[in-house]
Amino acid sequence: METLLSLANGFSVALEPSKLLFCLIGVFLGTAVGVLPGIGPALTVALLLPVTFKLDPAGSLIMFAGIYYGGMYGGSTTAILLNAPGESASLATALEGSKMAKAGRGGPALATAAIGSFVAGLIATIGLAFLAPWLVEIAVKFGPWDYFALMIVAFVTVSATFGDSPLRGLTSLFLGMLLGLVGIDKLTGQARLTFGVPELLNGVEVTTLAVGLFAVGEALYVASKRWREPEEIIPIKGSLWMTKQDWKRSWAPWLRGTAFGFPIGALPAGGAEVPTFLSYSTEKKLCKYPEEFGKGAIEGVAGPEAANNASAAGTLVPLLTLGLPTSATAAIMLAGFQQYGLNPGPLLFAEKPDLVWGLIASLFVANVLLVILNLPLIGLWVRLLAIPQPWLYAGILVFATMGTLAVNPSPVELGMLFGFGYLGYLMRRYDYPVAPMVVGLILGPMAEAQLRRALQISLGDPMILLENPISATLLGIAFIALVAPFVMNGLNKFKAAED
Amino acid sequence: MLTSFIKRGAVAAVALAGLTTAAFAQMELKIMAPAAPGGGWDGTARSMQQALTAAGIAKSVQVTNVTGAGGTIGLAQLIGAKGDGHQLMVNGFVMVGAILLNKSPVNLTQATPIARLTAEALVVVVPTDSPIKSAKDLAERVKADPAKVTWAGGSAGGADHILAALFTEAAGGDAKKINYIPFSGGGEALAAMLGGRVTAGISGYGEFEGQIKAGKLRVVGVSASKRLANAPDAPTLKEGGVNVELLNWRSVVAPPGLSDAQKTELSGAIDKLAKSKEWAEILKARGWDDAYLGSAEFDSFLKAETVRVEKVMKDVGLVK
Repeated sequence: METLLSLANGFSVALEPSKLLFCLIGVFLGTAVGVLPGIGPALTVALLLPVTFKLDPAGSLIMFAGIYYGGMYGGSTTAILLNAPGESASLATALEGSKMAKAGRGGPALATAAIGSFVAGLIATIGLAFLAPWLVEIAVKFGPWDYFALMIVAFVTVSATFGDSPLRGLTSLFLGMLLGLVGIDKLTGQARLTFGVPELLNGVEVTTLAVGLFAVGEALYVASKRWREPEEIIPIKGSLWMTKQDWKRSWAPWLRGTAFGFPIGALPAGGAEVPTFLSYSTEKKLCKYPEEFGKGAIEGVAGPEAANNASAAGTLVPLLTLGLPTSATAAIMLAGFQQYGLNPGPLLFAEKPDLVWGLIASLFVANVLLVILNLPLIGLWVRLLAIPQPWLYAGILVFATMGTLAVNPSPVELGMLFGFGYLGYLMRRYDYPVAPMVVGLILGPMAEAQLRRALQISLGDPMILLENPISATLLGIAFIALVAPFVMNGLNKFKAAED
Repeated sequence: MLTSFIKRGAVAAVALAGLTTAAFAQMELKIMAPAAPGGGWDGTARSMQQALTAAGIAKSVQVTNVTGAGGTIGLAQLIGAKGDGHQLMVNGFVMVGAILLNKSPVNLTQATPIARLTAEALVVVVPTDSPIKSAKDLAERVKADPAKVTWAGGSAGGADHILAALFTEAAGGDAKKINYIPFSGGGEALAAMLGGRVTAGISGYGEFEGQIKAGKLRVVGVSASKRLANAPDAPTLKEGGVNVELLNWRSVVAPPGLSDAQKTELSGAIDKLAKSKEWAEILKARGWDDAYLGSAEFDSFLKAETVRVEKVMKDVGLVK
């Protein structure tokens, strides 16, 4: 009840015309930078920080939150249309989304992404308003062993992205984990597999690998077989809008995606990638049309896209309640708070209720503005696909190059992008799935660091992984998920033999 | 209507006059933050940009980010920009360690030291329900068996890690056996502290301030020579009998090969910055301590600090 009152109070702040304007500017900027590869929400907020120094704190924080939410919306656009996930959180979206776009279903894919983001953002923001203090108590209880167990669950579910051959999928996954070893070891500070190249000390950037394998690799592949067996891209087939069937197939994935995204996003080391993978594989398992997966199933867009937006709201839980920034954008927003002499943490809710609740209320407003802003744009975006193929793919190459250089202007980075691009071409040519490789690069280093931290804390005793209820449960789930298909298979064979 | 027009004209004229007297403000500076947007170095560079232009010391200031390898990639670029009298780079304590750790081909002695700007004391904390009440208690635990005391802090070889090692040595333990667990960013380390999974945690005071005030973390000691102005209740490590002092400082350096005139111009501009009221306001808002040292003093400070860090990193076994 008290929360409701505070929230109502917050809305009275967020709906002031000046705040609405800040919110609108924020979501507009956020969508723009989300669509442009290279410039992410983190950089945008960093650039705006000095400009907003003299502005009113509530207004600029509302704008920053708008940019953050907007960036999450915009990121799906390039992933779906160009198969170029600009950030690791839209990787899972690209898998089915780009297939849908090629089959003329770009409109419904973008729509289910936008509406899914809206639904997820809305539910997760409600969660933020009502559950934050309670959720954060659980979140800080997550130890390195629990994170490690969570990563193991994620690893097991990666098999959903393997395609037909587990062997090829595993090869791709291990290649990614190998790349994950490159760079400074987080726990000892020693360089690994850098071969004396200083640019490699920071490791391989996930977006460079993803854009290289997905966008560049695909462009090369399409070019290579243009004269032999040209692939047809259908800009629009059927309705531009979601059909009744699409709605029916989307709503449950939206909700499940939110259920993965929000709590995992709220974990201090949860991130946005793990929930999108979990959502993707869950949808693949539950889907009534599993044969469509890999060819453009709408569930595979709806779920992960909802998960990544919900996790964005999730990261605000530790930021507001503990002052813990868990993503790059959240870290800069924290600097924004501090520039106004505000210290997010347990006391902020009590000291500055207007500001906190105004911010939370403005997140609802941002969500509504974003869906209003994005839905009409869909018609415009899908027309991109009507561009003749050589032009379209040349454009993708230019954008991919620009985006990578904007993040890190170095020849080594560019070399890596095209090296990965060529590798992506070869993998397509010889029918190896590319997604597991990116997943390996994301999860490998995380799992390694958490396991080693856990063992350091337990003074080397591996039983710590089974002694803690959360990690033991998660490992149990992973084990069942891994063994169940074999057991079922065995039982079926057994039955078949009896018949 | 007319009067307001005249008034505005007058204001404009005065402003114009102000501009001409501030004619020296022709300097166009580039400040490199050798890290991603959002970190401490980036924040310092952007705050400098803000104060330098607001105080009329420079006409324009451009901030660039060069990420990677604890700032040593940025340092290599700076060393390459030989003789550029308009380029500055933000750096700090962490870079001293990163150069050693990454076996960087370039080092800070090659750059032109301009000034030390800010410093932040570190704080050693324990969860409130920990039996450790003071620096002395913690020192006893460390002395008994350094491997059983788990420390949570920032990246390996960073200021937090060095302080944990210095603490262990001062307490009479073997720094080689130290069980230091690096977390990425203060956030995860804080969660580990609040969850009560590690013995002690180290970070900048600012990062733990909210939790300390809320009574979830207890200060064992701050690493400054005297108590902090914003936390008069928190004892120093020295008061607790652990003779350790460490400040996480941030500074600016310029490329090598500058003429004396260029050097004077740059250090003059930064000197003006450090004494401006705009800078003072930013320091207050950000909670940074003013630790200004001019180029000559900073030069000798940097040398002494490099020697100290190198010794600690060898003791801990980070560098052979």
